[in-house]
Amino acid sequence: MATKARTRAKQVDAQGGDPAGTLRDYYEQMSLVRAFELRSGEMYARAKIGGYCHLNLGEEATVVGLMAAIEARDYLFTGYRDHGYALLRGLSPERVMAELFGKTTGVSGGRGGSMHLFDAETRLFGGYGIVGGQIPPATGAALALKYQESAGPDAAAVMCLLGDGTTNIGAFHESLNLAGLWKLPIVYVIVNNGLGMGTTVEKASAEPELYKRAASYRMPGLRVDGDDVLAVRDAARDALQQARESRQPVLLEVMCYRLRGHSVVDPARYRSPEDTTIAQQSDPVPSFRAELIASGVLSEADATAIDEAADARVTEAVTFAEESPEPDPDDLFAYVYATAVANAPSALPGEPVMDAL
Amino acid sequence: MNTDTDNTEAVTTRTITYRQALNETLRAELEHDEKVFLIGEEIGVFEGSYKITAGLLEDFGPDRVLDAPIAEEGFVGAALGAAMLGMRPVVEIMTINFSLIAIDQIVNHAAKMRSMFAGQVSIPLVIRMPGGGGQQLAATHSQNLEVWYAHIPGLKVVAPSTPADAKALLTAAIRDDDPVIFLENLSLYSAKGEVPDGEQIAEIGKAAVVKTGIDLTIVSYSRGTTTALEVANQLEAEGLSIEVVDLRSLRPLDRDTICASVKKTGHAVVFEDDWLSYGIGAEISATIGEGVFDFLDAPVRRVAAAEVPLPYAKSLERAALPSAADLARVVREVLNLAPATATSNDK
Amino acid sequence: MPDVIMPRLSDTMEEGELSRWMKQVGDEIHKGDVLAEIETDKATMDLEAFDNGILEQLLVAAGALVPIGAPVARIGDGSNIVADGAAPAAPTTAPTTAPTDAPTAVAPAPATAAPTSPARPTGELRTSPLARKIGREHGLDLHTIVGTGPQGRITRTDVDAAIAKQETAVTTAASAPVSAPLAVIPQPATTSTGSTDSVAVPVSRIRAVTARRLTESQAVPHFFLTSVVDVERLIAFRADANASLAALGIKVSLNDLFVRASAVALRAHPEVNASWGDGVILRHSHVNVGVAVATDDGLLVPVVTDADQKSLGAIATETRALAGLARTGGLSLAQMSGGTFTISNLGMFGIDSFTAVLNPPEAGILAIGAASDVPAVRDGVLVTVPTVKITLTVDHRVLDGAVAAAFLRDLTTLLEEPLRIVL
Repeated sequence: MATKARTRAKQVDAQGGDPAGTLRDYYEQMSLVRAFELRSGEMYARAKIGGYCHLNLGEEATVVGLMAAIEARDYLFTGYRDHGYALLRGLSPERVMAELFGKTTGVSGGRGGSMHLFDAETRLFGGYGIVGGQIPPATGAALALKYQESAGPDAAAVMCLLGDGTTNIGAFHESLNLAGLWKLPIVYVIVNNGLGMGTTVEKASAEPELYKRAASYRMPGLRVDGDDVLAVRDAARDALQQARESRQPVLLEVMCYRLRGHSVVDPARYRSPEDTTIAQQSDPVPSFRAELIASGVLSEADATAIDEAADARVTEAVTFAEESPEPDPDDLFAYVYATAVANAPSALPGEPVMDAL
Repeated sequence: MNTDTDNTEAVTTRTITYRQALNETLRAELEHDEKVFLIGEEIGVFEGSYKITAGLLEDFGPDRVLDAPIAEEGFVGAALGAAMLGMRPVVEIMTINFSLIAIDQIVNHAAKMRSMFAGQVSIPLVIRMPGGGGQQLAATHSQNLEVWYAHIPGLKVVAPSTPADAKALLTAAIRDDDPVIFLENLSLYSAKGEVPDGEQIAEIGKAAVVKTGIDLTIVSYSRGTTTALEVANQLEAEGLSIEVVDLRSLRPLDRDTICASVKKTGHAVVFEDDWLSYGIGAEISATIGEGVFDFLDAPVRRVAAAEVPLPYAKSLERAALPSAADLARVVREVLNLAPATATSNDK
Repeated sequence: MPDVIMPRLSDTMEEGELSRWMKQVGDEIHKGDVLAEIETDKATMDLEAFDNGILEQLLVAAGALVPIGAPVARIGDGSNIVADGAAPAAPTTAPTTAPTDAPTAVAPAPATAAPTSPARPTGELRTSPLARKIGREHGLDLHTIVGTGPQGRITRTDVDAAIAKQETAVTTAASAPVSAPLAVIPQPATTSTGSTDSVAVPVSRIRAVTARRLTESQAVPHFFLTSVVDVERLIAFRADANASLAALGIKVSLNDLFVRASAVALRAHPEVNASWGDGVILRHSHVNVGVAVATDDGLLVPVVTDADQKSLGAIATETRALAGLARTGGLSLAQMSGGTFTISNLGMFGIDSFTAVLNPPEAGILAIGAASDVPAVRDGVLVTVPTVKITLTVDHRVLDGAVAAAFLRDLTTLLEEPLRIVL
């Protein structure tokens, strides 16, 4: 069932199959994610962003490839390394950056932050901060789709992203079992960057070829090169097609590298120099850029212009975020319950829970 | 409570069990809204471990009554995901003890989503689960963990004590757009009571004064309320006038009703099946202290379970669980009355 | 604020000499502190404080002879300090320096002590929050109340009893005729003044509830109507009835006849068989007559339900059973609930007449005195006639004088023509 990882050579071949405009778009997207994430790291260092902050640096080809495959009608669930997916799902850099800044103009009004980006309109259904937390709800979303519509080329499906470390948590097993059992329209994508925080896949998983776990659920499992944007896109598109047309869940493993630490505050000193070197050599942004220049899709000037435009776009986002208002403490309880309920708590710290009778 | 008509005379009642009330309500809601579906272990072919879902698979089919494998985190989370897309799942967790396997989905996700995503998504999810000990199920199967959920903002936690409330609160829970923990109790399933026919929707967040009195208030919920009523009636024969407040909703907590009652009686005892420390009674005691301090004539007392993993042996189980005799004794102590001599200790 | 009195310190003592003050005006006083030395006819004894507070005034100078019970000093909260010239000169034994010494010795103390040390007199008082609140509302000094709760805590029961006692003390003092509030007989043994010759008697729950309810009833505007009933025929009727019922083992009391007569009259006067219901008058469909029964624990009022529907024999049997249960503590709440009218009979104690306190929410209660012979002229002959004085207490919110009077007139007629009671 599993396919072998594609080689980087095929990516170059694929240029023949895709219009130059599409390839240029992909580079623009990769460049935007790169610029956004670098700036996020900077803003974190400047203390504009708080909490945890996990970046997609080094995973840009994976991000762009997966988001190229998913349709607007599909639902996307991700882990906490979610900025790039939110941007490419169609959320403006302003709203995403404002969320990281904890401002009212953020995607969730500053209530979720970096790990919990959510946008109902673009069907980005989170942003989950707990490892594996997204897998059961994503599976349930697929269950709902099965109730709500028939299978077919126009049907919606669910894409559930997770990291390599996440495959070891119980929710992964329980959910994939349910999906396989109930034939749910969902594609589980393991974004395997080789490290769960500082623990390698080999040290965490008895079967480090993670896609093979699909066999337990009678589900197709395949592995693809995450530095190859087209390969990722095509594999994900195939998987989604099986999900929407045949209600066949799929497990897709995307091999990529994390360019930096687990989060912005992690210097990743645990990585060997060799591993760091490989990660840097595999960095998909400069390599895709070079390939597009070499193949004549872009000139050096075009590429530079794209990079500068991305940077300018992110600068606008930062300015917007900085200038946006902070949430008003009066709105603290605004969204706790959807259905108004008697006696809902509303006391601030130190306030009496009720007036003395 | 009765929403479908102003003509209250038209409401007829029947005496049915708590179990039957739940079963009929699930059936009515499956009929009322096609977005409602049931999911849980053994709820279909087996008709539920406690037969709450008897006959529903047959009448509504496997899509509406979905047997799940033993995977609480998976199917509770799946129900949550379905709710995010507008379905109205009603989950059965076989007992509250097993909910701990799903607690990440309930506490870290279901309870948080609406608030964390600024109202962009609602979670119309009901999770039914029975708690309670006393059936010699030993430590792992006899817990009262509702306080764990009652602690969590974003959840609503209801605990009906009668068949009528089981119906009206379950209907309300299923039609509510927020995650509702619906607490049942093994020893209530066969309890009988009058249940009004027709659609009944309770207001979540409201307690009920189920018996009025002037000398002392017993606050309880779920099975504890039935014990409280039993004790109140027994003491009434001795000339004491006991008020019983049935919480019905553990989150939100109806502090006003509790305090209004204690303001009148000046004495309060909380009767709870859970462990004493950090329990429901602790919250209620603090509430009373804050709300009606000037009206207290004695310290608030709590009658709760002994703080020990519940043993299997009957004698030990009896010793650990709070009984009617314990409650009656503490009521007398709070009222500064001599211990009863005639009544035998029923432990 | 309580006065410190000359205590009785020996069996033969009639007065004592306050030989030496051990405390000065302005001193903070705790219970048990020795205030002074007293020389009795037998020995020198300590005068101990029974209250916490500030010694505000010395009423006698050292050396004075003071009769038992007379005040010698005053302890308060420190707000009424009288240090200057208050202590009269000792009449005999200490003529030297007492008047001039006292002010100079004590004056500075309160001036400096008062602002810096609050000296709360509530120091060791153990009381429930509710008791404190009620105490504040009624201006009670909780120090004067003996707590009967756990560890001597003053609870609502205690303050309610103190309030009830205050009020009954006022009414008994004010009204000339015998005015016995419904079976709540003031307990002379209980005192709250802190004097040594009093004993605190813990009250039963029943008594506490009774106290509370009767206190509530004092807020009801009420009036009294008294009628003198010629009971000659009633007594004869009772004898006849008992003769004919003897075979059945039934014995009818005069009280049973009053219950039956009242029930019949109430049926004819539904406006009396009523109660005040927060803005409306509730007329009751059933005639349920309560009968006050004194028990060791306090007053209980078992109820004869549907007394107008029951035969005299049935009433007699039932009342006897209920009274028995009341005395043995076996009454259920149901047997004490639902009354629409109450009868209280102190005739057996030889009470001529009395007024009873309403039993809320009932609109009326009938107080029955003892039968007594009064002179009367019949067929030109001076004879004695047995009579009973009955007094109706009426809730004026429910009934006016004329309506109540009509009821009482009819009831009197029924009692005087007892055949009508059973017809």
